[in-house]
Amino acid sequence: MTSLEFQNVSYSHGGKDILHNLSLTVSSGDYISIVGPSGSGKSTFLKLCCHLISPTEGKILFHGKDMLQQGPTELRKKISYCFQEPVLWGSTVRDNLAFPYQIRSMKPDWEKAAALLSDFSMDKSCLAQDIGGLSGGERQRVALVRTILFEPEILLLDEVTSALDAENTALVEKAVLGLNRKGITVLWVTHNSEQSRKYANKLMAIEDGRIKSLEAIR
Amino acid sequence: MKGANISNLSLLLASSLVLVSLLISCFQKLKLEKETIISVVRAIVQLYVVGYILQYVFGLKNPLVTTLIVVLMAFNASYNAAKRGKAIRHGLRISFFSILIGAGTTLAVLVLTGAIKYEAYQIIPISGMLISNAMVAIGLCYRQMAADFKSRRNEVEAKLALGADIKVSSIGILRDSVRTGMVPTIDSTKTLGIVSLPGMMTGLILAGTSPLMAIRYQIMVTFMMMSTTAISSFIACFLSYRGFFNSRKQLI
Repeated sequence: MTSLEFQNVSYSHGGKDILHNLSLTVSSGDYISIVGPSGSGKSTFLKLCCHLISPTEGKILFHGKDMLQQGPTELRKKISYCFQEPVLWGSTVRDNLAFPYQIRSMKPDWEKAAALLSDFSMDKSCLAQDIGGLSGGERQRVALVRTILFEPEILLLDEVTSALDAENTALVEKAVLGLNRKGITVLWVTHNSEQSRKYANKLMAIEDGRIKSLEAIR
Repeated sequence: MKGANISNLSLLLASSLVLVSLLISCFQKLKLEKETIISVVRAIVQLYVVGYILQYVFGLKNPLVTTLIVVLMAFNASYNAAKRGKAIRHGLRISFFSILIGAGTTLAVLVLTGAIKYEAYQIIPISGMLISNAMVAIGLCYRQMAADFKSRRNEVEAKLALGADIKVSSIGILRDSVRTGMVPTIDSTKTLGIVSLPGMMTGLILAGTSPLMAIRYQIMVTFMMMSTTAISSFIACFLSYRGFFNSRKQLI
């Protein structure tokens, strides 16, 4: 089933063309690795996917319906984006994991949060930890848990392991694979060529704002 | 009159004090002579014009004219506040509305409680104080907000990406901006009478009012400043943050 469809999408900003005429379909359950040199438009592509920006030309359909015809906050709850630089706020890990519940006017489910943290090798006690005392890897894992607390339909990852060591990277990869096996579509921008082919079923290369290739690798 | 009474001659002699700043500028090669002379001439002309206008308006005893002058003052202040916040969309409209509501609410409370009468000689000077204070506060709010939306862009986008609404995504910036607008008034309130005798109180004492009566007025003025600043800053910030987003709830 087609989940996301780009129809001749272009994006320009400040007089500069960033993406040109992209057309592709993403099926539900896909695990797509996106590779390409710095500045080729990979992050812009992910921001378009979760409606943080809109195309200057063309259309993006989510479940067959133009994104512009759908509520932006509802879209972003279904298509979640995890940034390369993890941004945490408040003072503790708890503040960050409570946020997705707050915006849904729900009481936080700390059992669920603790279970997800343990998938990323962090225990329940870290909920009370001050965010200032977290390592780069821990910050990224907290940001990831915050993104997947409500299991989005599509998970967009922007070089989330670029600052992590091998052990942390393996943890994140394993957790993401688990999510994909549950049916969550994954679009993962990575610079690591080994990582790009490890679990993905499709590999997409972007260069100079154009899709250079999109191939099934599994 | 028991208080200070400045004759034309003493005013003329006092103007020799301007020479002091001119001499300093000359000797230190500050190149401020021209600007000093222009500012002094402007101040004299503006104040005389205002003096004659106020004398005339006070004599009219017409509440409609008084209200019109207050609205004009608010518009002028809004124009200045909007100029300070060039990054703010609809800055003039928002500033005008915020100042009118902020100053209007405070004036209404003062009039209804009998603290002041709705007469030109009371309303116009008090409105002037309120409006100029609100103008400075809103200018500060705008500057803080524009700077925060730039420096905290990633945080706002991360919140939006989780599905948060624009208000939830910007609430930290909004609070910081309102606080920035209010802090100078709160700080000056803390030091009242210790660091300086405020202008209004000094004026009353110079005009012969007893210091005990003058402080009562000053206390009232302080309360009005705080309420006007709070209301105006709050409204200006909560109306202007939307301008940083488009209709698709995307950060511009």
